[in-house]
Amino acid sequence: MHSWLMLAEAAAPKGGLFDLDATLPLMAVQVVLLTFILNALFFQPVGKAVEEREGFISSSRAQAKEKIAQAERLEVELKAQLLEARKQSQALIQEAEVEVDRLFRDALALAQADANATKEKSRVQVEAQKAEAFAGIDIQATKLGAVIVDRLLAA
Amino acid sequence: MPFNLPLAELEVGKHLYWKVGQLNLHGQVFLSSWIVIGALLALVVVGTRKMEREPRGVQNLLEFLWDYLRDLARDQIGEKAYRDWLPFIGTLFLFIFVSNWGGALIPWKLIHLPSGELGAPTADINTTIALALLVSLAYFYAGLSRKGLRYFEYYVEPTPIMLPFKIVEDFTKPLSLSFRLFGNILADELVVAVLAFLVPLVVPLPAMFLGLFTSAIQALIFATLAAYYIGEAVHEEQH
Repeated sequence: MHSWLMLAEAAAPKGGLFDLDATLPLMAVQVVLLTFILNALFFQPVGKAVEEREGFISSSRAQAKEKIAQAERLEVELKAQLLEARKQSQALIQEAEVEVDRLFRDALALAQADANATKEKSRVQVEAQKAEAFAGIDIQATKLGAVIVDRLLAA
Repeated sequence: MPFNLPLAELEVGKHLYWKVGQLNLHGQVFLSSWIVIGALLALVVVGTRKMEREPRGVQNLLEFLWDYLRDLARDQIGEKAYRDWLPFIGTLFLFIFVSNWGGALIPWKLIHLPSGELGAPTADINTTIALALLVSLAYFYAGLSRKGLRYFEYYVEPTPIMLPFKIVEDFTKPLSLSFRLFGNILADELVVAVLAFLVPLVVPLPAMFLGLFTSAIQALIFATLAAYYIGEAVHEEQH
């Protein structure tokens, strides 16, 4: 430390390890300038790029999350619709089954009634014919009896 | 000296003097620092020429560096103030790191100077004191601009007994910063030079690798301490 004070007065500096001179302030100025230059050329643009990317990533993530939520909402909605549709179709099927059953029964009842009526009519007809036949037989039997009696009496 | 090899000469304390008016300058320090700054600026210009969202090539390296320096500054200074000081801390780190590695890796001996020799700019006490004084100015400015005169409360916290120690610290901080860097880099260069002078082949290699390691660590230490001092100055006490 002592030597450089003396050297400052000497015409030709002798040098030395601890030779402080105008290098110091100029180097400081140089480093300050470098700081500003690097700030403009390196720290600002790279920082901007990195932060823009971070912003892009986080906004993309948010968008993706929103889309997932929307998809889930839609899924729930569609499932509900599907369930509703199933229920409706089930009801329709049931209704149709009941209707078919009713139609079947109606038709059956109609057919049965028809059949009964036809049977009744036939029976009545058969009865009538039977009565007629019996009547015919009676008359013939009477005639035959009279013939027999006549023959017997004649003999 | 029987073997006067050109690669194994030792010159300590010899400088290439430039005279500007009444002022003396160490020319070799400026020459090598310009090369270092040129390399740094070239890297930065090449890397930021075409910034893309998906980084490629040099942009990757620059973003890695930026991230590294941002983390360093944020850890030491704190979330609130680190943005203002990131360029300063980052420039300190990059300048010292490239200077140190440049001093170790570039074959300066191939360039002959009339006096002195080229080497790491950080192996000159002027450079390191300049950097250390900039750090002192920076933390004073940081504290005063953020807290005004309340900055000086820092000297009496937690008790007024600390006052003399804190004042002494303001002098020891730049002193230790500058001499640590200067001593390490100069010692590394001297060790390598002495080993190369004694045994020119192979033997200096481990010392050279150690030197590269030391160089990187010193740049990190300087930048971290600078950031820590600034962080200390802007730190708000929780009352």
